[in-house]
Amino acid sequence: MHLDWILLIVAAWLLLGVVGVFALRRLTLVAKVLFPVGGAFGLALFGLAASSFRFSHEIAVLPVGLPGLPFHFRLDSLSAFFLMVIGCVSAGVSAFAAGYFRKGEGTPPGLLAFEYHLFLASMTLVVLADDAYVFMVVWETMALSSFFLVTANHRIVEIQRAGYLYLLIAHVGAIGILLCFGVLQANSGDYTFANMRAQDLAPFWAAMAFLLALFGFGAKAGIVPLHVWLPEAHPAAPSPVSALMSGVMLKTAIYGVLRVCFDLLHLQVWWWGLLLLVVGLATALFGVVFAAAQVDMKRLLAYSSIENIGLMFAGIGLTVLFSTYGMRPMAALALTAVLYHVASHAFFKSLLFVGTGAVLHATGERNLGKLGGLIRYMPWVAWITLIGVLASAGLPPLAGFVSEWLLLQSFLFSPGLPSPFLDMLIPVVAALIALIAALAGYTMVKFFGIIFLGQPREAKLAQAHDASGWERIGMLWLVGGCIALGLLPVDFIALIDPVTRSLVGAGLRDAVGAHGWLLVPVAIERASYGPAIFLLGVGASFALAFLLVRLFYHGRLRRAAPWDCGHPWQNARMQDTAEGFGQPIRQIFEPFFRMERELPTPFDAAPRYHVSLGDHFWHWLYLPLAASVERLARLIGLLQQGRIAVYLLYSFLTLIALLMVVKQ
Amino acid sequence: MTTITGQLINLLAAILLMLAFAMISQRRILSLIHLFTAQGAILSAATVLVGYATQQPHLYLSAGITVVLKVILIPLLLHRVINRLEVRWDVETLINIPTTMIIGIALVIFAFDLALPISKLSASIARGTLGIALACVLLSFMMMITRSKAVPQVIGFLSMENGLFFAATSATYGMPMIVELGIALDVLVGILILGVFLFNIREQFDSLDISHLEKLKED
Repeated sequence: MHLDWILLIVAAWLLLGVVGVFALRRLTLVAKVLFPVGGAFGLALFGLAASSFRFSHEIAVLPVGLPGLPFHFRLDSLSAFFLMVIGCVSAGVSAFAAGYFRKGEGTPPGLLAFEYHLFLASMTLVVLADDAYVFMVVWETMALSSFFLVTANHRIVEIQRAGYLYLLIAHVGAIGILLCFGVLQANSGDYTFANMRAQDLAPFWAAMAFLLALFGFGAKAGIVPLHVWLPEAHPAAPSPVSALMSGVMLKTAIYGVLRVCFDLLHLQVWWWGLLLLVVGLATALFGVVFAAAQVDMKRLLAYSSIENIGLMFAGIGLTVLFSTYGMRPMAALALTAVLYHVASHAFFKSLLFVGTGAVLHATGERNLGKLGGLIRYMPWVAWITLIGVLASAGLPPLAGFVSEWLLLQSFLFSPGLPSPFLDMLIPVVAALIALIAALAGYTMVKFFGIIFLGQPREAKLAQAHDASGWERIGMLWLVGGCIALGLLPVDFIALIDPVTRSLVGAGLRDAVGAHGWLLVPVAIERASYGPAIFLLGVGASFALAFLLVRLFYHGRLRRAAPWDCGHPWQNARMQDTAEGFGQPIRQIFEPFFRMERELPTPFDAAPRYHVSLGDHFWHWLYLPLAASVERLARLIGLLQQGRIAVYLLYSFLTLIALLMVVKQ
Repeated sequence: MTTITGQLINLLAAILLMLAFAMISQRRILSLIHLFTAQGAILSAATVLVGYATQQPHLYLSAGITVVLKVILIPLLLHRVINRLEVRWDVETLINIPTTMIIGIALVIFAFDLALPISKLSASIARGTLGIALACVLLSFMMMITRSKAVPQVIGFLSMENGLFFAATSATYGMPMIVELGIALDVLVGILILGVFLFNIREQFDSLDISHLEKLKED
């Protein structure tokens, strides 16, 4: 029943898209009708998915597609969870998009609406797909529709380049996924997921399927070293699209890994968990260090997405480890942490991306070095973004804190793994996660501080206008998600309990539900977290400080010139810049970067400081790869002489060779 | 009577092979067309003989088509083309003619070797000639490779089709009528298209030397 309604929502989204195609340049219709209605359908999807957790699963077979190959769909708790994220986040982003898209920016708005809703529909179907055929079809639809969205401003060369890179890596990843399904069906010729669940693969082939899935989905998620498309594609895309891609699309890759590891494969091996853990942590550390050093606000967020994806992969790795050693409650804790992080990252990262979109529209600048002081001109955007930034930095009582705290808890409670080597490794890993969380906080301080605080670095910033009505609605919705996830962890964990039960055979509902408002992941003696108590504490101390200040200092102000530290005037150029803020990180983590610095000499009339950060992976992996492909292509090109006689000779020799073969 | 017919068919096949060699060694385009016409005539005669010996009346029809197409229509078209384009001579071959002949002999041996197991299976009266038919195909193919002007290449292509037709007749009493009609139409359309191409190549490069087409390659 739920599944039918969800498929109807998908159909409605497609219909909205088609309407958009017929109203290509009618901006009012597209912006004020199509996007809000699409957002309403997103809400409906959220409601349907949230209410379908209670049921075990539903199946639908649609007679579309190739003859003899109908589309299989299946709604279970794992898909319901991801549908919930897709519906809820897309509702906010759609509302924002209603106020965002303008005339005269590349692709006409109607076409954008088509691509946007096709993108939403394909993401929904990805998590519902129940056979490899429909999965690949909607997976590729998702990649293609997002490619066209990324290249909305296709006349700009960098955007073309970013789009190409994205498409390339998306397709390389898709090959990995296709091969993974090929291994999973074990030569039975039946590509439904039901058949794959029934297969009893040998450990070697199971490991092959896992590695292929890790590669294929990792390319979409952006794990190191397949991350290069992310920092290119996100800045290129319009902000609502970056918000959806980073907030939701990356999560479909997490969904894929979970689906393959815990559902389609019947066994897991401990080293898979270790591999996931190592890859995830490497990705997270790489992402956060690069994020801290960026000067483009959307690139910064893209690298921060890489970091968060890394944390999720690390959490999945821990889940696999626990689950192979039979520690089900711990596995459930780690998996809950991952899912929680999926949800909270979806909210705060899309919020931050739409926030950058509002700033970009108001100022036309993405470069942090040309922004500043915007809190005075755009108070709405600034305060809302502040909440997103706090959530992203993992501060209580917001969403990011709960998920990172759960993740850390699952790492800290891990002594008890039967392998001494892992026992020693895990605390180190926990320390690394703490480092990553701290650096993420640093990055967010930089992000918010440079854009909104201080003095405007350019004169034109004074003309910046605040977000429009629809944009505010969208941002408020996403902020609401961040706050709700932060304040109601117990209820949310109880809601998603069926997911962990179906994947690792244990749930946290009983553990967390036993203490009312307190979130207690394992035992109350070990650790507990009460967001409401925390909020009350913060509120009380804030009120107390306010009252005390008012009581003791109010009305006793004395205006006088302050000591000016030796320089009597100060302008915007004297503030800390984005480069300056990132400098310690560049210094400490120097081996991470491929840095090119240009320092002015003291005698320069027009001194210029320039630093550019390159990616080692690009220079040591991608460029050599591209060069060798080019060499190979040149070798093959030698066959192409352009002379008809030579081409005829080729067919002649082929004919003779084939005749010889026939004769044998 | 069968033996005489059989001998006659073998004789005609031998003439076909000789004609193929003659085409390889011929530099003048006009003579090439004459040789091609002769090949068509011999081919239709052989088809009639096979039809007579095996009581297959549809072979008479395909022989008629061959006469109309390959003895009358296509040679006429080719004559018109070379008159309009004023190319009577094929100055250069890519490989010199004695070498081509030696390669041709090797090809004939290869073709006979190839045809041996197949002709053992065939019940046709003309089964011994399958090797010759294959040799004709390969020789014509080689002619297409070694010529540097466009018109001889077209003739090579057409004579390759002759070889195929002969192979079909000798091995299996000819192809089904519908296939034969289709091929005849194909050849006719093909020659028209090639004619158009010839005129265009000429217009573009002021010459029919196909080495000019190398310029079309992207670098």
